[in-house]
Amino acid sequence: MATAVRCLIIVLVALAACAGTAAAVQASPAAASAPDFTLRSADGPNVRLQEQRGRVVMVNFWATWCGPCRQEMPHLNRLYGKYRDAGFTLLGVNIDDDQAKAVGLASRLGLKFPVLLDSDKKVSRLYDLSTMPSTVLIDRDGRVRYLHLGYREGFEDTYEKQIRELLKE
Amino acid sequence: MAATDALPSRLRRLAAAVRRALAELVASCARRHGGAQGSSAAKVFGVVGGLLAGSGAGGVELPEDRADAMYHRWDGGGLTAQGPALLVRKSIAEKVSLAATYYVDMLSNASIDVVTTASPYKETRSEYGLVADYVYRNSHIIVAGSSSSEPDYEARAVNLDVAQEVFGGMTTVNLGFSSGSDDVGKKNSPEFSETARHWRYRIGLAQILTPRWLANLNFEAVSDDGFLGSPYRTALVFGASVPERVPSTRSSRAVKLSILGEVVRDNVAYADYRYFWDNWGIGAHTFGAGYRRYFGEKLLADAYLRYYLQDAALFYSDNAQTETAYVSRNRQLSTFSSISAGARISYRAATLPGGYPLLVNGAYEFVSYSFDDFTDVRTGSLYSYNAHVLQLVLTTKF
Amino acid sequence: MKARLSISLRLPAASVVLLLAAGCSIQPWVKPYERERLADPIMSMSNDPLSDKHSVHVREVREGARGATGVQGGGCGCN
Repeated sequence: MATAVRCLIIVLVALAACAGTAAAVQASPAAASAPDFTLRSADGPNVRLQEQRGRVVMVNFWATWCGPCRQEMPHLNRLYGKYRDAGFTLLGVNIDDDQAKAVGLASRLGLKFPVLLDSDKKVSRLYDLSTMPSTVLIDRDGRVRYLHLGYREGFEDTYEKQIRELLKE
Repeated sequence: MAATDALPSRLRRLAAAVRRALAELVASCARRHGGAQGSSAAKVFGVVGGLLAGSGAGGVELPEDRADAMYHRWDGGGLTAQGPALLVRKSIAEKVSLAATYYVDMLSNASIDVVTTASPYKETRSEYGLVADYVYRNSHIIVAGSSSSEPDYEARAVNLDVAQEVFGGMTTVNLGFSSGSDDVGKKNSPEFSETARHWRYRIGLAQILTPRWLANLNFEAVSDDGFLGSPYRTALVFGASVPERVPSTRSSRAVKLSILGEVVRDNVAYADYRYFWDNWGIGAHTFGAGYRRYFGEKLLADAYLRYYLQDAALFYSDNAQTETAYVSRNRQLSTFSSISAGARISYRAATLPGGYPLLVNGAYEFVSYSFDDFTDVRTGSLYSYNAHVLQLVLTTKF
Repeated sequence: MKARLSISLRLPAASVVLLLAAGCSIQPWVKPYERERLADPIMSMSNDPLSDKHSVHVREVREGARGATGVQGGGCGCN
């Protein structure tokens, strides 16, 4: 019986060890300059990250086929509407192969923030995306301050807290 | 990117330490158990559940809310089994989903066993099931129970399955355990009352190979104990009918490898192979292959072939010429092969008021069985028969 | 008398564990932004739950082999 329990523990530990590497991690990285990029937006004009200097920027990577991304959208929409006038902007970078699907879903969800299209995955590779969705918070000087991998209930409260903190600087 | 640089090296060191510790534990596990029966180990171990390994690579999410209604039908070998089946699933709270199922089998049985030993009969079997799904981080836990009853057989089962996403979501590990308990009766014999118990242990791995190819490896061990035969079935020994004598325990293993991949945009090919063996001497191979493609936005079509080969059980005999402790003429345990071809169509028929899709799903399969050591006593030649299987499902998701 | 498993489960379990442990140090080679096709229902190994259950059942009551189908749960145990 004891050996059986040991075998059980082995498997659970192995699962935990490997699952741990994939769990969403909230990291506070050494402040590094956010890699610049230019992408076409769903409305038409190009949007460049560097031009957003002076504002707090949240870059959210999402896809139509990603469940947690869709769950997160109403919260992002709300945060954009609430803090937009205080100098906050949100860039929703979509990585679908089919841009039309992305634009369609964005309008169905009623997204107010700019939706940028990265169907050739250049920016995803530039930011070395390891999880979907990924959310990057960039301060007014263009430095990456917070990185959130994945989305779980309650993350939106953390986003709000961090946005307010960065807006105060 | 700077944000994630520090993490991988720390994790690599942790992973190396864990690996060393695990190797030690596994080695000591193996040493300790050399030659032991392993029954209690297996049973305790099996309590960590496992899930349907076929879920693909969608990440760990609760299954979507749905309601399904199915009509199913089997026609062949003198037996017609048909009936409805229902499934309703609803998520309650963000992390839990509950489902209830109802399945009815109405049999009209004039199969070879029945007509050669008794007379055709009709019977109805109903089965109820309840399933609860829980998602926590990268784990998906399923607890299910079912109860099946027909006039001379009652069966109850519970299942526990856990699917855990590891390795950045590239791999899903599935563990499962089922336990069943049956009450076996016999028509017109109230004094006949037997029981049977069943245990199943599953372990599986679902792996993303490339952005367009997936593979699954499943292993399942089944263990049975109790009355495993049929009170109605007879065997032939020196040409005379005797009640069959079947062992009261059975232990089997099965390993299955499946591969699925998108060969061309919206066209998918898949293939699988399963090898089965047990301590009754049965060895079986199952080969399957199929192809699926979209036709326009609304129609998905699937066509497949299946080939099954089986070796007879040690105590199986069409007409035993020696006296043995166990003897059975159950054709399910004989040497036979079966080939089948089937097609399935899924069609998004309409959108109901409220924006809910209505999906229609129809499948037809033609199966042919051919036995190498079971004779049709009515004709004297080896038995074979064909069957038609039909499934019609209406689904709505909400 | 309890049924005994003649071959232990530890071998498959140990293999999975070692694969996982080794896998911990390899980086995932399919990035999450490349998994779009994998999320499509056409790439699913199973059909709908009722169909799968029925398909497995009609085979299991007629064939000697059982298990490792990828469909969760035991059979009905009926004769």
